[in-house]
Amino acid sequence: MEARPNFFAMTDLRKSYPLGDERLEVLHGISLTLEKGEYLSVLGPSGSGKSTLINIIGCLDTATSGDYILNGQRIEDMDEDDLAWIRNREIGFIFQNSQLLPRLDAQKNVELPLIYAGVPGRERARRAREMLERVGLSDRMEHYPSQLSGGQQQRVAIARALVTRPTLLLADEPTGALDQKTGRQVMELFQQLNEEGNTIIMITHDLNIAKHARRVVYIVDGEITEPEGGPEYA
Amino acid sequence: MLRRLRASLSMLLENIHMSVTNIAQNRLRSALTVLGIMIGVTAVIALITTVTAVSTSITSSFASMGAGTLTLSVTGSDLKTGLAPEDLEMLTNMECIEGVTPSVTLRSRVSRGSDYESNITIAGRNPYWFSVNEDIVTRGRQLNVLDMNGIHYCCLIDQDMQESFFYGEDPLEKTLYVSGLPFTVVGIFDTSGDTSVAAMLSGSPDILIPYTTALRLNNTTDVTSLTLYLAEGWDSGTATPVLESALDELFSYEEDCYEINNMDSLESTMESMTSMMAALLGGIASIALLVGGIGIMNMMLTSVTERTVEIGLKKALGAKPRQIQAQFLIESFILSLSGGVIGTIIGLGVSFGLCRAMGAAFTVSHGAIILGVGFSALVGIVFGWAPARKASKLNPIDALRRM
Ligand SMILES: Nc1ncnc2c1ncn2[C@@H]1O[C@H](COP(=O)(O)OP(=O)(O)OP(=O)(O)O)[C@@H](O)[C@H]1O
Ligand SMILES: [Mg+2]
Repeated sequence: MEARPNFFAMTDLRKSYPLGDERLEVLHGISLTLEKGEYLSVLGPSGSGKSTLINIIGCLDTATSGDYILNGQRIEDMDEDDLAWIRNREIGFIFQNSQLLPRLDAQKNVELPLIYAGVPGRERARRAREMLERVGLSDRMEHYPSQLSGGQQQRVAIARALVTRPTLLLADEPTGALDQKTGRQVMELFQQLNEEGNTIIMITHDLNIAKHARRVVYIVDGEITEPEGGPEYA
Repeated sequence: MLRRLRASLSMLLENIHMSVTNIAQNRLRSALTVLGIMIGVTAVIALITTVTAVSTSITSSFASMGAGTLTLSVTGSDLKTGLAPEDLEMLTNMECIEGVTPSVTLRSRVSRGSDYESNITIAGRNPYWFSVNEDIVTRGRQLNVLDMNGIHYCCLIDQDMQESFFYGEDPLEKTLYVSGLPFTVVGIFDTSGDTSVAAMLSGSPDILIPYTTALRLNNTTDVTSLTLYLAEGWDSGTATPVLESALDELFSYEEDCYEINNMDSLESTMESMTSMMAALLGGIASIALLVGGIGIMNMMLTSVTERTVEIGLKKALGAKPRQIQAQFLIESFILSLSGGVIGTIIGLGVSFGLCRAMGAAFTVSHGAIILGVGFSALVGIVFGWAPARKASKLNPIDALRRM
């Protein structure tokens, strides 16, 4: 495969937190490139820095040092408004616990990113409904989060992440709060989405979940290693 | 351009929708917060509207009294020190004049038997004065032309004098000593019926006597102060020059012998006084508004803290700082404005009640409404600014980690 470093390239990315007088370094020089259409899972034990990494990838957090280029844009150079734009258009983020606004129904929750994208109301509703149908929730559009099961909530969150047709779909332990069966359903959905051309980065500490991806990297103590030969050998 | 306008409009509508939803969700707390603003605006509106209404009715009653009257004060010259009864006659016969009422007042000792009171205000009146103040005599008779021409020692007394000197007796035809001279009581008058400006300003007299008699008691034949009632079809503008030429002739064209005044100056003093009063009361009431504003700020700050996760999530989904700020600003704006609108309505109601009670004509002043509504909206923006800014500055990851 020919490398296209402009799509997704991280070089020597470091992240440290102040800890008393010293600094706690959580990510020790992460380098990672990704191509359009890839499906990567980042596997690692608890506390290894997975969430820290994906938050930086999703532009929710900033690295202490290092380079990060997404879709040709150097993230370090961006101001708050640019970052908001990138979070809105380039990134679809699926959080560990689906993070829906409890006061909005499923459809309104999915519409939220489109509001910030400035999409007019009717178009917004159409696209949100379309996306909810896509994740198999056509009969739950008017349900509030509290009226949905954990798996359904996660699917609403996936629909919300997809509705702006982002460049990059990020998921931090998307099945963490789900039972095996619903977890498998979500994984099937991810596989379909990848087959449709979506680029996905998924965080997990579960090898069985990681194996759904086409490429797996390990993160241990803030360092990335990639097993030779792909997920089967992980 | 049009697209962007439409986008920001839909953003605004969305923000309003979210704010209303959120306010409705925290009904009790929102209501309590709004209460502060509401009370402030109620106070502002009620005070200003009432003061304005009362002063308007006072001014208009001044105007209606003052309309068609002029006051003439005479300083005189060496040759002619004042107006004699014949001069009053001359003035009365002028085309532009309906009638004149001289005002001759003195303070004197009044006694009957062993009872006495000193420093009693005694006013000299003429028959025309009684025709203008028709309802003033409650018993007995008015003073008439014969009393004037004959310089009769007769008088009308008010209720207080009646009680002091004739307790349990009928005062009519009894004698009362004024400055040691015997006066026959011919009538009783009711001071509260005298609404003339002169009475309001100088305090109402206790005893009325013929003005000619009053002049004699004052040891003079000169009237120096009088009110001129203009005839139909004349106003101060048209009558003043005519009067001036007559008076100039009377005073042999000497300068500065007299002064003609109308009610306009009094009215404008009155107006500036009430507007000062309104401003003062408004200032006090604005403190209540300020307190209400701080209440809103407090609630908004709490709200921002409580909704940290929501804010973080929205930022994660692509909300710009400006958009978050707008959301909170609109929320505090709507809160404060609704308090202002309710307060305006209540304030107008209160003012209506007060005006009713005080017998002043109630009018809804647009200025007061604009002030109440505008001020509360401003309070919402000013006091919502800091919390909204705080919300917009939240770091999405910090906010999300609160989970
Ligand atoms: N704001 C912070 N300040 C200080 N240390 C932090 C902060 N955030 C994370 N850390 C530390 O960074 C390390 C990595 O945290 P992170 O959340 O990335 O782990 P993770 O791999 O996602 O773990 P898990 O699988 O349990 O979610 C942890 O040791 C954590 O204590
Ligand atoms: Mg984690």
